[in-house]
Amino acid sequence: MSGIGAALLNSLDIGLLLFIIAVGLNIVFGVLNIINFAHGALYMLGAYLAFTLINIAGMPFWAALLLAPVGVAILAVVIDRVLLRFIYSRDIADSLLLTFAILLIINESVRTIWGSGIHVVQPPQLLSGSVELLGSSVATYSLFVIVIGLLLLAGLWYLFNRTRVGRIMRAAALDRDMAEALCINTRLVVTGVFAFGAWLAAVGGVMAAPMRALDPGMGDKIIIESFIVVVIGGLGSFPGALLGAIILGLIHGFGGRYLPEVNLLLPFVGMALVLLFKPNGIMGKGASA
Amino acid sequence: MKTKVLMAILALVIAGLIAVPWVASYFYIFIFTEILILGLFAASFNLIFGYTGMLSFGHAAFFGIGSYATALVLIHLEWPFLACLLVSMGAAAVLALVIGFLSVRLNEVYFAMLTLAFGMMVFAIAYQWRSVTNGSDGLAGFTLGSFGLGLDLTLANPSVYYHVVLGIVAIAAIVLYLICRSSFGMILKAIRQNPERVSFAGLNVRTYRLVAFVIAGTFAGLAGGLIAPFLRVASPELLHWSMSAEPILMAILGGTGFFLGPFIGSAAFVLLETWITTYTESWMLVLGIILALMVIFFRKGLLGTAIDWWMEVKK
Repeated sequence: MSGIGAALLNSLDIGLLLFIIAVGLNIVFGVLNIINFAHGALYMLGAYLAFTLINIAGMPFWAALLLAPVGVAILAVVIDRVLLRFIYSRDIADSLLLTFAILLIINESVRTIWGSGIHVVQPPQLLSGSVELLGSSVATYSLFVIVIGLLLLAGLWYLFNRTRVGRIMRAAALDRDMAEALCINTRLVVTGVFAFGAWLAAVGGVMAAPMRALDPGMGDKIIIESFIVVVIGGLGSFPGALLGAIILGLIHGFGGRYLPEVNLLLPFVGMALVLLFKPNGIMGKGASA
Repeated sequence: MKTKVLMAILALVIAGLIAVPWVASYFYIFIFTEILILGLFAASFNLIFGYTGMLSFGHAAFFGIGSYATALVLIHLEWPFLACLLVSMGAAAVLALVIGFLSVRLNEVYFAMLTLAFGMMVFAIAYQWRSVTNGSDGLAGFTLGSFGLGLDLTLANPSVYYHVVLGIVAIAAIVLYLICRSSFGMILKAIRQNPERVSFAGLNVRTYRLVAFVIAGTFAGLAGGLIAPFLRVASPELLHWSMSAEPILMAILGGTGFFLGPFIGSAAFVLLETWITTYTESWMLVLGIILALMVIFFRKGLLGTAIDWWMEVKK
């Protein structure tokens, strides 16, 4: 029983972390209509910036959690204004290619700046222990991830449904020309949304840093996972991202514990099954070619 | 007049390619072997990207499975090389059928994500299934025996291997070209331009896409079968998405709108790589910058830009 409880909590922390990252991918897709292949690289950048702020600059974890994502968001504004602005009016293949080029550039820059070795970030003192829960001992940090994940989930829901900024983003996603006709500065919205997506990715990166070792391949792993999440849940769907992330979290949480030999393959099997029966994802609508 | 000039250039290039082992050093024989193999890989990719309009980020899966197939057959069965290549093509075709079946029915965005994800799935399998694939070390220690068809060739000799590769790549390129020129190829082009209209004309777009995907995978498998004896190893890197990036880059570099574009791109890519890696280890960084610049400013590629310029000058 305690095994199941621990696996469940583990699934939840992986799932909510994935949700933070995948929802950023989804929001950017919704408004900009591009799939940002560099999303995982931005996540990795968040983690590495946090590593530098904590281990080199000696800042507390909390400061890194606030600062690193802002730094990544600023970089995203630069990427948007310098590179992406050329391809917004072009075929979607060009945006895939360009974000892929950005992914190559960020990946190799990380390798050059921080080296290809593994780095470790310690969780803050307050969260480094473990607590008794559901009859088993659980790392306090993983509870912290769950709490932050739920807070962000609630915050995002509030943002999109109850605030003016959120409505503007949704309007721009639905019909950009119409939004522009209603005096909304859609260029600003586009840049803002891209930066916000990057911010979410980087928050995910900082949160993940104390749980996983940092290596230059971490961004690639997470971008594949995020793709699986949005394919399972449905591209562009907010509840879909949550559902997909929780499903993938469960696959990891229970698969890692009970089927360790094939655990790398399970997410793909899950994705293939969803594709066979619900090609547009569980919550998705109209993506057929 | 123009076609005559182009034909003359093409004939010169072919003659030059045949003459490489007699005039160039071993180093350049290796470089040209790599250019030809990767050129075929990129040309197979361009059948689905440049012609059909599907951007795949997992094409290395077929290249990699081709190299593993040849390596496995050489290690365990010691068949002639030609038979190994057929096995490579078959294995890649089956894999392309499975991945393609799940991927081609959705739109471009989904297709890009799915091909990347499934490509990484194949990578994960090669990495984890140690008993068959030898994990991260890859399969090495195989030797080429006979060629097949009763031909007496010492494949271990780089010059001979170069000519074998040249012959096979030339035949494969001609077959691919004929496919592109056929009515089937025309339909693929039409699908790129307007899939809705093609489906209104009563054609099953999904089937055409799937067939194109399988053909492209098969030829990528052939290129993979050729690369394994060349590298003397079949390793998971051949399956990684950074390997999938190479044909994308070569096609864009050379020009996706032309059949020979990917081959030109392959030559530019390999020569650039050789040259740049003598100065810096950050080859991928340079690659990313080149890709970004090509996509933003020279979307037609080297060949397309050159032809545009030539048409302008020779008007």
